[in-house]
Amino acid sequence: MIISVGIIAIFLGIALFLGIIASRGKDMSLEQWTVGGRGFGSIFIFLLMAGEIYTTNAFLGVSGWMYGKGGAAFFNIAMLNYVIAYWLTPKIWAYGKKHSLLSQSDFFEKAYNSKILGTLVAIVGLAALIPYLVIQLKGLGIIVSEASYGAIDPKLTIWIGTIAMIAYVMVSGIHGSAWTAVIKDFLILGVVLFLGIYLPIHYYGGIQPMWEAIEAVKPGFLTLPDTGFSASWYISTIMLTSLGFYMWPHTFVATFSAKSGNALRKNAIMLPIYALFLLFILFVGAAAILQVPGLEGGAVDLALFKISTQTFNPVIVGFIGAAGLLTAIVPGSLILMSAATLLAKNVVKPIRPQTTDRQIGIIARYSVPVIALVALYFTFSGGGAITLLFLMGYGLVTQFVPAVVCSFLKKNPLTVQGVFAGIIVGVTIVGWQATTGAHLSKLFPSWPSYIQDINIGFLALSVNIIVSLIVSVFTRKLTAKNDEITDEKTVENLQ
Amino acid sequence: MTKKRLCYLLTFIAYFAMPLGVPFIKSAEPYILGLPLLLFWMVLWIFLGTGLMIIVHRINPSVKEETE
Repeated sequence: MIISVGIIAIFLGIALFLGIIASRGKDMSLEQWTVGGRGFGSIFIFLLMAGEIYTTNAFLGVSGWMYGKGGAAFFNIAMLNYVIAYWLTPKIWAYGKKHSLLSQSDFFEKAYNSKILGTLVAIVGLAALIPYLVIQLKGLGIIVSEASYGAIDPKLTIWIGTIAMIAYVMVSGIHGSAWTAVIKDFLILGVVLFLGIYLPIHYYGGIQPMWEAIEAVKPGFLTLPDTGFSASWYISTIMLTSLGFYMWPHTFVATFSAKSGNALRKNAIMLPIYALFLLFILFVGAAAILQVPGLEGGAVDLALFKISTQTFNPVIVGFIGAAGLLTAIVPGSLILMSAATLLAKNVVKPIRPQTTDRQIGIIARYSVPVIALVALYFTFSGGGAITLLFLMGYGLVTQFVPAVVCSFLKKNPLTVQGVFAGIIVGVTIVGWQATTGAHLSKLFPSWPSYIQDINIGFLALSVNIIVSLIVSVFTRKLTAKNDEITDEKTVENLQ
Repeated sequence: MTKKRLCYLLTFIAYFAMPLGVPFIKSAEPYILGLPLLLFWMVLWIFLGTGLMIIVHRINPSVKEETE
């Protein structure tokens, strides 16, 4: 136990050291702190975006869903988000550079010439980021507690990890996240490959024999059921996550930090290969199905660690724990920084317009511990499986898609009122479903199952688009001035 | 067909081909490369999708414009 905890502590120390020295020799203005002075080349952009794939959701949630849901977990390796990213992120980057934008809300505020829309996007973004940060903190507690064989209280771990995150985010901002992503990515790839290859061979004699053994004990577990997590749920979830990936406030901001549009295009092409490593996490979850039976509900997230602690000595468990720890604090630091920037620049600034940019920078930095404390409160008081929280967050941020995509069309069909109404309706549907647990099959029992099973976030997005278009038609004349501004922007993008 | 339109067509295929095949996979068998059929289909499209996007990148006029 002492050995595994020691290894985890060493990696936490290295991450903290790298995170803090990352800002050396740089004048940490708000632009440096949030978007790295827009100077990151292909490698750092790759590491930041790749870091977004390997969060604790990937480490614990994907293996947990494979363990609990079988074939429905395969959606995690869908790579469609990068197809969209290839076309969309260079446009977002070019517009962000042109107007020196620092947050996702800045984009909406500028594109639709509406401060109140910027504030709405900031509030929805914060509402999505907090549960996403809670996922990282919950995962952090599970990982270190399990890797220490239960000797360390998850709450203590979460506090230590959060303090480390706060320290290097306040000092180095996105530079800290980028440098710690380097060590994280090498460690996680090594651990994932090792576990995904070793466990199926050790317990079943190979990868195909593992699937055959599962199919023999649980027939049909590796395909999609006719109802519930069916093909229509699967496809709509893939679509939802592909549309939402770059709509998270922290990934949206990460695109601003690129050096060029081509760096983002190359990144979009290569990331699916990196995501392929998630396949090996699926193997780990599958290996656990017959070896550590009986995990149910939120406990399925423990599958990876239950089978690891049962199989390996404390040295290897320590390295697995260290990789897991870094999957929590690297994305967690990006989320914290983005949330703090949104709060300072797009919530505080509209309330107190006389605030200077220097003051905004100070407010953003000192918002970091405040946001962390809010996330800690929800971490210690909330429940729920990691993947369900993850999909709820996606449901919220995906509501931004119509407004972003339409802002790059030659003639934007949406008005600011239409965008506002669409986001409000979409977010309300997702929030209502998340708080009541309602499901289409209960509300409309006579509807065919392929409609009942559609992911609620995708359904909310469809309603959002319809409402946005209808409201825009009726408010078109009111926003002639806005149209002129978005037309100017389109011309800029075409040049 | 212009290069730009070909780019859009290949992107369309890269995005929609994989999801459209999912409803037709009703069994884990046959196992291909040791993977259940649905998982193999997902992995196959990671490679095919990446290949298509590499072609798109090579013929995309925007890339050349930005480089120049």
